Amino acid sequence: MDYENAEKILEVKHLKQYFNVGKPDEVRAVDDISFDIYKGETFGLVGESGSGKTTTGRAIIHLYEPTAGEILFNGKNVDTFTSKAEQREFRQDMQMIFQDPYASLNPRMKVKDIVAEGIDINHLAKDDADRSKKVEDLLETVGLNKDHSSRYPHEFSGGQRQRIGIARALAVDPKFVIADEPISALDVSIQAQVVNLMKKLQREQGLTYLFIAHDLSMVKYISDRIGVMHYGRMLEIADSDEIYAHPLHDYTKSLLSAVPVPDPEFERTREEIAYDGSNENDGKERTLVEIAPHHWVRAADDEIDMYTQRAHEASLIKK
Amino acid sequence: MDNEKDILEVRNLQVNFKTYAGDVKAIRNVSFDLRKGETLAIVGESGSGKSVTTRTIMGLNARNADITSGTIMYKGEDLLKKSEKEMEGIRGQDIAEIFQDPMTSLDPTMKIGRQIAEPLMVHKGMKKEKALAQALEMMKLVGITDAENRINDYPHQFSGGMRQRIVIAIALINYPEILIADEPTTALDVTIQAQILNLMKELQDKISTSIIFITHDLGVVAGMADRVAVMYAGKIVEYGTVDEIFYNPKHPYTWGLLSSMPTLDTGGDELPSIPGTPPDLLDPPTGDAFAARNAYALKIDTEQEPPFFKVSDTHYAATWLLHPDAPKVTPPDQIVARQKKYAEMQKNLVKQQRPSIPVEEEEEQQ
Repeated sequence: MDYENAEKILEVKHLKQYFNVGKPDEVRAVDDISFDIYKGETFGLVGESGSGKTTTGRAIIHLYEPTAGEILFNGKNVDTFTSKAEQREFRQDMQMIFQDPYASLNPRMKVKDIVAEGIDINHLAKDDADRSKKVEDLLETVGLNKDHSSRYPHEFSGGQRQRIGIARALAVDPKFVIADEPISALDVSIQAQVVNLMKKLQREQGLTYLFIAHDLSMVKYISDRIGVMHYGRMLEIADSDEIYAHPLHDYTKSLLSAVPVPDPEFERTREEIAYDGSNENDGKERTLVEIAPHHWVRAADDEIDMYTQRAHEASLIKK
Repeated sequence: MDNEKDILEVRNLQVNFKTYAGDVKAIRNVSFDLRKGETLAIVGESGSGKSVTTRTIMGLNARNADITSGTIMYKGEDLLKKSEKEMEGIRGQDIAEIFQDPMTSLDPTMKIGRQIAEPLMVHKGMKKEKALAQALEMMKLVGITDAENRINDYPHQFSGGMRQRIVIAIALINYPEILIADEPTTALDVTIQAQILNLMKELQDKISTSIIFITHDLGVVAGMADRVAVMYAGKIVEYGTVDEIFYNPKHPYTWGLLSSMPTLDTGGDELPSIPGTPPDLLDPPTGDAFAARNAYALKIDTEQEPPFFKVSDTHYAATWLLHPDAPKVTPPDQIVARQKKYAEMQKNLVKQQRPSIPVEEEEEQQ
């Protein structure tokens, strides 16, 4: 990751997203997280179910009113987009690809209308012919046959549907795409196809991705940097190679040790590292600290030395 | 029985599903054995027929299923000839199943202690108090914390991982000879998955049941299986010991599956993927069903179905590439690397052939 020339496209600052605020069943789904995403990179967000990764994605695309904190997109606070024009521009620049290719396409709409919905709303097509042309180009881009445009979603397989979902996201020429578990519902052989397609589109169109997933090996493969979430908090952020080779936080270590590897020799000797999350709630003030260059770990003041020591042992810090 | 160790023998099984569009040939001539105490993993994509295979064994197929041929021999008797009444006596007693989704496979209106005890009351006619006492023991065995106080809780009061433990407790309460686990951890987080898989291995050692493990996750297979069968389009295309399948695969579909899954070391711009989609089993293609997606396909693949070629005593693959007259091909890089590792492992093991014993014991030897 080239940090020198990197330009921030998204800044999340102290984002809190609570539900049922003030009631006995208050849920702190996202609890004070901060991170940046740079233009053209893929930022992977991993964590177990309930860790708040999906809520983070939804808060970023402004499907929720954040409880506290701010989200800056291209330097502008997302919350302050009050005029219709600003909101429309924001919705055009930021798009989402959903997890379930069966639930996220309207079964009563033809593929061409699904893909063109954003084009219509944003008046991006001059006339009907232009609209059809745009849809056909998009279908071709995602590897579908343009003759498929007048079919309905049920006529497609899971992988093909996910391609339709990607075409719909791309229709409005977005700069930033949030992909929430885009391949979890697909078969292994199809997952690779969709991931390759996403990478190709990123190269060709300079897209920035926020890739949310629990499949750690796929996240590592596609991401430049990775953030690890647990109980609504960000515990560690680093380059994907580094975080996998030298995780500093105990939770990251535990998570990585649980990933099954398609190698029987390795599996016979694998040992899972258990994680005791109780000390996360010991009342100490913790923030993300840059332990090694661009390697952030959530730590209390008296834990910084321990993490720095770990970073030294892994030679992450050059003397 | 061909082999004394075999507990289950499936031979030439064919299952069609009648639909308005015609017959879907879901299982097209599948044969395999399950040995006592082993874990056999069946891997393949959705629609490859792995779940239909196990549902046929359990006698739980949908009404439009039509078993057109085959036998499933268990203890010298053909399960396919059993009446529904007789199957009811076998299910949950001799053969039990753990289903994929712990959210939907439990009864939300029944206390979990009662659900775990139910098989004992149904199959063994046990009195409720005694059955509940055994259920409590089983809850402790599968690691449900604070079991005494939780025996009267309902499923919604448990997390996903705990619910899957309950499902396992129900399946194991009668100490079944065969346990079918259909994607038992797919709905769980990795850390919980690791716990459940370890639990299954532990319990298998304790009650020496044989497991048929269905999954699409090759990482899980590598850790769980003694032997592996790879299914594609309603057929088994390759089977062998776990080492043979992972380090010396012969079928191009197995190659594709293994290379399209990134490991934590995979880099590069393009992930090797299998192009296209599986064939429509309403009208399966002639010849090798994988030919259309196979970069290594030969002309004969589109004309004639490949038979099983023997690789070793335990390893067979149905691909024409193993025919003596077939051209020599170089598998994808990742597979070549795996085969290299296999050659080294074989060298280290010249003296003793790796016996097929459960993984746990091998760990102790190391």
